[in-house]
Amino acid sequence: MGSKTDIWQGTLALMALKTLESMGSLHGYGIARRIEQTSGDLLSLNYGTLYPALLKLEQEGAIVSEWGVSENNRRAKFYKLSRFGKKQLERETQDWEQTTAILARFFAPRQEA
Amino acid sequence: MRSLRALWIRICGTFGNKREAMELDEELESHLLMHIEDNVRSGMPEAEARRHALIHLGGLEQTREAYRERQGLPGLETLCQDVRFGLRMLLKSRGFTVVAVLTLGLGIGANTALFSVLNAVLLNPLPYPHAEELITVHAAKQNFNEGSISYLNFRDWQRDNKALAALAVSRGTGYILTGTGASEEVRGELVSSDFFPLLGVKPVEGRLFASHEDEIGEEPVAMISSGFWKRKFGARPDVIGKPLTLDGHDYTVVGVLPATFNLAISNFRASDIYVPIGQFQNPALNDRSAGLGIHGIARLRPGVTLKQAQADMERVSRNLETTFPADDQGIHARLVPFKESLVRDARPLLLVLMGAVGFVLLIACINVANLLLARANARTQEFAVRSALGASRARLLRQLLTESLTLSVLGGVLGLTLAALGTRIIVKMLPPDLPRATGIHIDSLVLCFTTLISLASGIFFGFAPALKMFKRDVQSTLRSGGRSIGSANNRTQDSLVVFQMALALVLLIGAGLMIRSMVKLSNVDPGFHSKGVLTFGLEAPPAMSGAGPDAIRAYLREAQRKIAMAPDIDAVCFSWAALPMMSDDEQSFWLDGEPKPGNQNAMRSSIRYLVGADYLRVMGIPLLKGRFLSETDDDHAPRVIVTDEVFAKKFFGDADPIGKRIHLDQFDDAAMVIGVVGHVNQWGLDNDAVNPLRAETYQSLMQLPEQQLSLVAFGMDALARSKSGAVPSFKSIESSVTKMNHEQVVYNPEAMDDVVSETLSSRRFAMILLAVFACTALVLASIGMYGVISYIVGQRARDIGIRMALGANRGEVLRWVLRRGSRLALIGAGCGLLAALVLSQAIAGSSLVYGVRAYDPWTFIGVTALMMAVALSSCYLPARRATRIDPMKALRTE
Repeated sequence: MGSKTDIWQGTLALMALKTLESMGSLHGYGIARRIEQTSGDLLSLNYGTLYPALLKLEQEGAIVSEWGVSENNRRAKFYKLSRFGKKQLERETQDWEQTTAILARFFAPRQEA
Repeated sequence: MRSLRALWIRICGTFGNKREAMELDEELESHLLMHIEDNVRSGMPEAEARRHALIHLGGLEQTREAYRERQGLPGLETLCQDVRFGLRMLLKSRGFTVVAVLTLGLGIGANTALFSVLNAVLLNPLPYPHAEELITVHAAKQNFNEGSISYLNFRDWQRDNKALAALAVSRGTGYILTGTGASEEVRGELVSSDFFPLLGVKPVEGRLFASHEDEIGEEPVAMISSGFWKRKFGARPDVIGKPLTLDGHDYTVVGVLPATFNLAISNFRASDIYVPIGQFQNPALNDRSAGLGIHGIARLRPGVTLKQAQADMERVSRNLETTFPADDQGIHARLVPFKESLVRDARPLLLVLMGAVGFVLLIACINVANLLLARANARTQEFAVRSALGASRARLLRQLLTESLTLSVLGGVLGLTLAALGTRIIVKMLPPDLPRATGIHIDSLVLCFTTLISLASGIFFGFAPALKMFKRDVQSTLRSGGRSIGSANNRTQDSLVVFQMALALVLLIGAGLMIRSMVKLSNVDPGFHSKGVLTFGLEAPPAMSGAGPDAIRAYLREAQRKIAMAPDIDAVCFSWAALPMMSDDEQSFWLDGEPKPGNQNAMRSSIRYLVGADYLRVMGIPLLKGRFLSETDDDHAPRVIVTDEVFAKKFFGDADPIGKRIHLDQFDDAAMVIGVVGHVNQWGLDNDAVNPLRAETYQSLMQLPEQQLSLVAFGMDALARSKSGAVPSFKSIESSVTKMNHEQVVYNPEAMDDVVSETLSSRRFAMILLAVFACTALVLASIGMYGVISYIVGQRARDIGIRMALGANRGEVLRWVLRRGSRLALIGAGCGLLAALVLSQAIAGSSLVYGVRAYDPWTFIGVTALMMAVALSSCYLPARRATRIDPMKALRTE
């Protein structure tokens, strides 16, 4: 547990988008938990940093929010991917895959050698 | 686009985000509760579960802060906070705010008002396409740089030049309009057919002139102004083809000019009627040496510079000189940028005034800076605490600047309001000869100017206190607990007051010089008595056209007799083409015994007044020698001439001029000098002495040859002097003239007194404005002085108290304070005098000063004394207050 990784700059929004894509509609706490779980508890996420990121996505029109009732009967704000958000996610996923593929090539030769 | 949208949302988010903040709180609340529940479910105790959840969130306040930053624009937000805080501070010290905003408003308002005049007159482009290509064309002659072009020369210039895309001419004239109700005089303009196309003017109805219509014998056509169209034809479109009777001839209206066309080149007012000049039936049109008041306007070919065009026209002029040596010797085309020829005389006047009003704003800014400095000292505690709490210098500087900018923006708003009113007052005061004055209003450029000077002055006066504040050591300020530190350094404030005094003195000296000039001018003897004299235009009825010389002479006598019958009239006479300070005419001649010069330009010349026998009596000009023209000097009598004393001195020296003979150009017989009269200031009270052409001659109207006589009858000036000394009533003159013939018109009445005073109008305008600015400057500077001395007295109250406790009497304290003030005023006066010595040379060069030297000692001494007196009296109140300080009280506050 001592080797938790801090979240990489700029990836939080992408993770939130991806989470919303797979989960449909979710509240902030749910998104935070989900990200942590997906990382296998390897990521150390300050839950509070999620909210400005969500606000930014909402301002850009990638997600929309509405108030609803959570599974344990609490009033909570639920977030949902918009059509533009879906497109943005596709684009950013591609970008991300390209980036990791490039990085992978940098590490590959050493493994071969 | 998306990021723009986000920006917009954030800008909106900066303002009024109360509801959203509550939503965030609710969201975080539910987040925490869910987290706590989860933790509890996993076995944590309640308190531990809450602590863990809060830690995992990263702190409630930090989250809120991060969220807020994302929500709005932090910079904008702090700006709003600063402005709000600034406004609150301003509201708290209302007295300070009112004084500062009023001071700034005055300064900015005066600048804005004057700039809107400058903008309309000097800066606004002329309302013609590619106006920068337009130039004015004159014929330069020996005596006169901007002489009239002869029509034949115009035709040759037009044909031979290679630099001009087009060259057109115009000549002002007057017409008697009959057949549409009462007869009236209208202003007309004879123009060549190129005139409107050259300017790019399109008619709103009908068409422009065709080039073939610009010839003698063609169908008479006319174009009319929009104003005339509305007034006479109710703006009906069927005006095209309507007849117009001008001077008894019928013209057909072919076009209406747009309302925006308002060009006053040869008349002082824009004309109503435009007629092709080529149709003008005047033999002088075919005389290469004749001057008919024709002036040209041209458009440069694209890419051709003024210099190249001037060189090309030199070539054309030189060719004509060789071809027509008798007429064209010494005649050259002179090209002046059109805009410059319109605004030339107004430029120095406006620039001097703009400079002066800039000084006023500078003084106003210094006042506010000084007020802020005093206040900054009182606020040192506040700022020390803030910087001790970690506010950075940049943050504090930003807040101070925001505060001063808030102040200057308030001042700017007030200034704009004042300027809107001030512009109206200035427009009413404007001298009538200021060109383009109709376009004066507050437009976008003026608004930009106001915004700019408001912001600039805000930064200017905001920096002084800000810089001063940072020089303070935070520690010692905190330790002293806000009390002023021993002998606080007032050097900044002192030097600002000195600077203010110097500026005010410069303005006062400028105004003083102008006032002295004006006094000198009002004592100048114009050479005639203007009081009780009325001048007006008179034109023979159209039916007289074609009448013989005897009939015209009879008509002139009859008209004079009829006008003299109006009540209160003492004497009446006619004059043609020349009247003092109104219009001028030239006579070329050579003296008896001299060989006849080869051409007109080689001849001597004088101002010529063609007048009736009663002229001296009407104008009150003294007869110095011999006799004046009489009724009997007509075409049967020998030709006679009367000269003024300048003429006699210049051409006959000490010899007796009576009986000498002068050969006049255009006449076969020589004229004999029969009298010498006093000199009349033809060129206005202030310009007469500097004008090269001053010698004057008088000839009798009745001795004119037949051709010219008919010309004279259709456009004379009449002069009437009253018995009572009041200006004769134009109404009663009008009615006796119409009784004589109902088709006859008198027009343009003007009291000779007004004519004389009008020649000084731009000088008077400058003097009044400069005096107002100088007084404002003096008042502002003395308020500044008062503020600083009061501040010093307040700061030194303890010192003064101790001195008094030690036995200093009230007189000593009073002297001590006054000495302090007078030292500042003296240094300011010294600097101001030095600056004024330099600057007054500039004013002297602009001919705004008359009859006084630029370093006139009386003005310098008097104005300095005035300023010292005002400065000392503004120190007196705080000094009195200092003497009332109770030593015991001052000591007890320690």
